Amino acid sequence: MSDSPPTADQDAAEPIVVEGLVSRFGDHVIHQGLDLVVRRGEVLGVVGGSGAGKSVLLNTLIGLKEPDGGSVKIFGYDLEQASDADWGIIEKNWGVLFQAGALFSNLTVRENVSAPLIEHTELAHDLIAELSDMKIALAGLPPEAGDLKPAELSGGMIKRAALARALALDPNLLFLDEPTSGLDPISAAAFDTLIGELSDALNLTVFMITHDLDTLHAICDRVAVIADKKVVAVGTIAELEKSDHPWIKQYFLGPRGRAASSAQTARGAP
Amino acid sequence: MDRPAEFDLRTHDGAQWVTLTGDWTAINLNQAASRLKSALKEEREIRFDLTQMNRCDTAGAFAILRAGQGRIAKDGLQTSPAVGRLFELVSHAVKAAPVGQRRPWSLYALVERLGRGLVDVAKHFYETMVFFGHLLVAVGRLILNPRRVRWAACFSLAERTGLDAIPIVAVTTFFIGAVVGFLGADELAQFGAQVFAVELIGIAVMREFNIVITAVLLAGRSASSFAAEIGAMKMNQEIDAMNTMGVDPFEALVLPRFIAMLLTIPLLTFVATLAGLAGGLVVSWSVLDLSPGFFLQRIVENVGATHFWIGMSKAPVMAIAIAGIGCRQGMEVGGDVESLGKRVTTAVVHAIFSIILIDAVFALVYMKLNV
Repeated sequence: MSDSPPTADQDAAEPIVVEGLVSRFGDHVIHQGLDLVVRRGEVLGVVGGSGAGKSVLLNTLIGLKEPDGGSVKIFGYDLEQASDADWGIIEKNWGVLFQAGALFSNLTVRENVSAPLIEHTELAHDLIAELSDMKIALAGLPPEAGDLKPAELSGGMIKRAALARALALDPNLLFLDEPTSGLDPISAAAFDTLIGELSDALNLTVFMITHDLDTLHAICDRVAVIADKKVVAVGTIAELEKSDHPWIKQYFLGPRGRAASSAQTARGAP
Repeated sequence: MDRPAEFDLRTHDGAQWVTLTGDWTAINLNQAASRLKSALKEEREIRFDLTQMNRCDTAGAFAILRAGQGRIAKDGLQTSPAVGRLFELVSHAVKAAPVGQRRPWSLYALVERLGRGLVDVAKHFYETMVFFGHLLVAVGRLILNPRRVRWAACFSLAERTGLDAIPIVAVTTFFIGAVVGFLGADELAQFGAQVFAVELIGIAVMREFNIVITAVLLAGRSASSFAAEIGAMKMNQEIDAMNTMGVDPFEALVLPRFIAMLLTIPLLTFVATLAGLAGGLVVSWSVLDLSPGFFLQRIVENVGATHFWIGMSKAPVMAIAIAGIGCRQGMEVGGDVESLGKRVTTAVVHAIFSIILIDAVFALVYMKLNV
């Protein structure tokens, strides 16, 4: 075996390819001809103003909303034409971290993490329980957390538990919806580090919606900007800072953008 | 091309080497994890050759580390850097997570549950008293300052719980009246006293069925929706938001529901009486050949309005029971979906139970009073 990362069968295809996506609610057009490619192994941050259609894009990618035009391909499978068997492969290979966690509230954290394993693997139940405990620890939760119900967790713990569940099947593709929103800066930084480490070690492709400029600087390889109903630019932050688009300028060169940028430079990051 | 996880044991240079092949991933692991563990049970020191492996994820890494369990030689992991990082991450997590202990199922646990159940009963009684105390205070405050009553909410709730319930209440009592008519006519015919079926219908419908059927239907329809609405608001922290704004949830949520119930149940009971009598009338007309005029005259002369007023006198008590139980169960909802479902079920069950109980108490009291 070479140094090349462990890969899925769908090696050739990029994990996410969106072409000419149209989304609308009634007369309200959200996306008009949106194109986006997410490359294997990268951490892509998606930014955009409130109401720009980031969450709609995420919902379309994970199959919760049907596109009103254009095509969405995940691991090379067109979601609209995918058979049940294709969906089975797709579902085993992605994990989703919802913004509010979306943990099953009548199950404990351990049962939440076990759920996808029980559903999709043929492992023995005691191994699944131990594996779930390991994932819970991997997500940075204390061991006691496994026995707690979601209602007993703090906001940060919910995010971590949800991450543990999203990672339960070791997916190749991870969707994160505002993973650091609602966390204090220290927890948010720790969460960033965690996602960065995991995506390196597990060679994850990460599609991340975020408002957090620090997160963008810390772990995103590329950033896609959604404005004017499409992706107006994709690139590294350095590239985007040179963009002429007014929204991008405001976003990265505004006071918060500058602060995050200089903090990153001071830390001596790449 | 998924390949099942496989392994091979070999002695090489006086050391035990395990060569792993295939996909060591959660999906492809199947029984390989337990086979590996039992195969390595006897070994003292183990070395893993992971370079032949096709793929590996955290589940695979975990299974391998678990099979090795502290007996892996210092330089016993031959891996690529990527997989090495994975193993580092997993072994770190394993150290942090002690194996979960399952609580044993024993007599002790049984007694503990029993004790908790008993304490819960006492706690529930106390909480019910707190609820009614709070309610009384809210009522008192509204009597002192009637302008604070939220009439808009009261009437919109009255429409939802009362007006919208008219069809189901009317149809149900119509059939109950008809069934009582049928049974009565059939049984009384044996004594040649069919005509007394009219009295039977009149008393049964005006005294019992009008209010009991109405109350049971509203317990299913409204007590559940009260519990679910207030419970969902509780889960959503809306109740907390009200409290911080200085809005008393009892005043804003609970009392309008009480008022709506107090307004609508008597009216619905009246509708139910008419529908029940209509059902009896149709049956006695078609089966006993008693004309509607005769039926109504007999009702007025031989049954009288007293029975109707006895039925009506139960209405406010039923209203308070339904609204009180529905709202109280809603207020008790915790943070999770399970408690919401449990509370809504409890609301309906308790409401129906107390309706029957209240009816029995009224029957006893009126019997003693000879009315």
